[in-house]
Amino acid sequence: MRPVRFLGVPKPGQGRGWVISGPFLWFLIFFLVPFLVVVKISLSTAEIAIPPYAPLFTLTDDGTLSVALHLGNFQYIFSDPEYVLAYLSSLRYAAGTALITLLIGYPVAYGIATSRPGIRPALLMLVVMPFWTSFLIRVYAWIGILKPNGLINNFLMWLGVIHQPLEILNNQFSIFVGMVYAYLPFMILPLYACLEKLDHSLLEAAGDLGARPFRAFLSITLPLSLPGIVAGSLLVFIPAVGEYIIPTLLGGPSTLTIGTVLWNEFFNNHDWPVASTVAVALIVLLVGPLMLLQHSQAKEETR
Amino acid sequence: MLFASNDRFQPWLDPTATPQLRIENVVKTFDDFTAVDDVSLDIYRGEFFSLLGGSGCGKTTLLRMMAGFATPDKGRIFIEDTDLVPLPPYERPLNMMFQSYALFPHMSVEKNIAFGLKRDGMAKDEIAERVAKVLDLVQLSSFAARKPSQLSGGQRQRVALARSLVKRPKVLLLDEPLSALDKKLREATQYELVTIQQQVGITFIMVTHDQEEAMTMSTRIAVMDKGKLVQLGTPAEIYEYPQNRFVAGFIGSVNMFEGPLRENHADYAVVDCPDWGGPIEVGRGIGYGLGHLTTLAIRPEKIQIAKLDQPFAPANRATARVKDMAYLGNSYVYHVVLESGQVLKVTTPNMGLTPEQQISRDEDVQIGWDPAACIVVEP
Repeated sequence: MRPVRFLGVPKPGQGRGWVISGPFLWFLIFFLVPFLVVVKISLSTAEIAIPPYAPLFTLTDDGTLSVALHLGNFQYIFSDPEYVLAYLSSLRYAAGTALITLLIGYPVAYGIATSRPGIRPALLMLVVMPFWTSFLIRVYAWIGILKPNGLINNFLMWLGVIHQPLEILNNQFSIFVGMVYAYLPFMILPLYACLEKLDHSLLEAAGDLGARPFRAFLSITLPLSLPGIVAGSLLVFIPAVGEYIIPTLLGGPSTLTIGTVLWNEFFNNHDWPVASTVAVALIVLLVGPLMLLQHSQAKEETR
Repeated sequence: MLFASNDRFQPWLDPTATPQLRIENVVKTFDDFTAVDDVSLDIYRGEFFSLLGGSGCGKTTLLRMMAGFATPDKGRIFIEDTDLVPLPPYERPLNMMFQSYALFPHMSVEKNIAFGLKRDGMAKDEIAERVAKVLDLVQLSSFAARKPSQLSGGQRQRVALARSLVKRPKVLLLDEPLSALDKKLREATQYELVTIQQQVGITFIMVTHDQEEAMTMSTRIAVMDKGKLVQLGTPAEIYEYPQNRFVAGFIGSVNMFEGPLRENHADYAVVDCPDWGGPIEVGRGIGYGLGHLTTLAIRPEKIQIAKLDQPFAPANRATARVKDMAYLGNSYVYHVVLESGQVLKVTTPNMGLTPEQQISRDEDVQIGWDPAACIVVEP
């Protein structure tokens, strides 16, 4: 009898290509292609037309195809101090956010990982619960908390600790508060995943060999949780560099970040090519160091 | 037990000797489960002491209390004259070798071993010297720079041993040190461990569920069951004179009979065993009154087996039918059925019998044993 092949069992590895190709196709169509379009626009010049930039390829009357690549945009954004300052300011906010979320998130993740297994799901649920509310609403809520007659100031004045409202909105402080608040779960979750896997007998062995708990933490837990620290920091740092909503809502009008510069070029100046250039430069600046980091990590693992 | 020297090492028989480690009435409960139930033990300097028992018998909990990873609810643990219970693990003068080895994956073999010495604030060159010495002892000198993931199971086991030995603890605790090794390597390592123990002269306390391992390596064995210490003795004492059914069954295999005590003399006794089909003669007096329900145990290798037409001398004799037999190379194992239906296990060494002399399945045979081979055990 001929064996019936109904959704037959594939050979090992046969189905893998299909399963992986789905997400890859998605990224290709909805990420890589749009990105190439952005790259294309960045090499153009602004025009008052629809679309508002000069075409890259033009077919002249005598049948020659002329390709006009303007590299001037890149030269422009790196020579104009405003863009450079915006980049540096964004990098500073992102790095600061990553550092603060690490300092807050590590103890939280450690606490969850060492809590009783029964209550861990509930604690993790609390970490991700803010995601159930719209991001925009949560950031708006911080205005209500931080403004001069907001929750904090009113409470402190009622206590009599202060007599003038503190200026804690529309400055760096409020940006950091919002960024740390928004990105903390992205630090806690990978750290938890890493710490939870840590073999407890390693700490017992360290203690048995004479290491006090803090020493054991420094020599064993910390180095072994490095992959979690790196993953969490990247997950916070990368989106934080391009963050637009938080600096705009909580940072006040004078805040200079790459996100606000992009918005201005695109919507206020209608200069699509320069806006695209800013975006492309940002990606190049971020991807370069990231690839280097991944490369060194891969080497570390095979060694 | 492996005898490395001719001097019998038996400090527990010397009334003037003071034990190095004293466990006094230790109790440990987890929620409503009593893991260790009123255990007291004296362990002497230089012993290779084994805590033997099945899983959940409390042996590991007892070891962890010595190391400081668990605190007794009651009782005290002394090393020489220091009470260990209030001390945290990092202040106790003993080290532990973990069942999982617990090697630090991000450190080289050398760094793993040096870890404990660094905590003591030892000078760098002295650390290097000590590490080199102990690596030499476990024959891993050429692997010093490797990471644990680059070692075989047996090599990791020796790194773990080296790491726990390098601080020269007063007592070394070993939690199932050989359980992760395959059988062949395990046997070789048993001898190696004993040799190393005798070289360094440190007291070893080993937890194991493997009775053969405990027999091979230990000076004394403490058999534990359900949190209690069931029997304490040398391997020979425990094998030859198991105190109760549990110990007799746990250490090696055993056949058991039960019946009322019929006759009791100074040097022999008779027990009526219906399953045997008559009286069984025992080669010593029994501490019970007449009529007391007595349990007898006989080791499979102490039962003799012969064809019906062969001369057969033992005092306790019966005929039985061979139900199953197995050839193990160095020995035969027979399962024989008595008239009562009870199945006995009998083992005989392989002495190269001719085909005619060999016993076959479903054959009726004579079985029997000498009165001295019988042991009385508590139920």
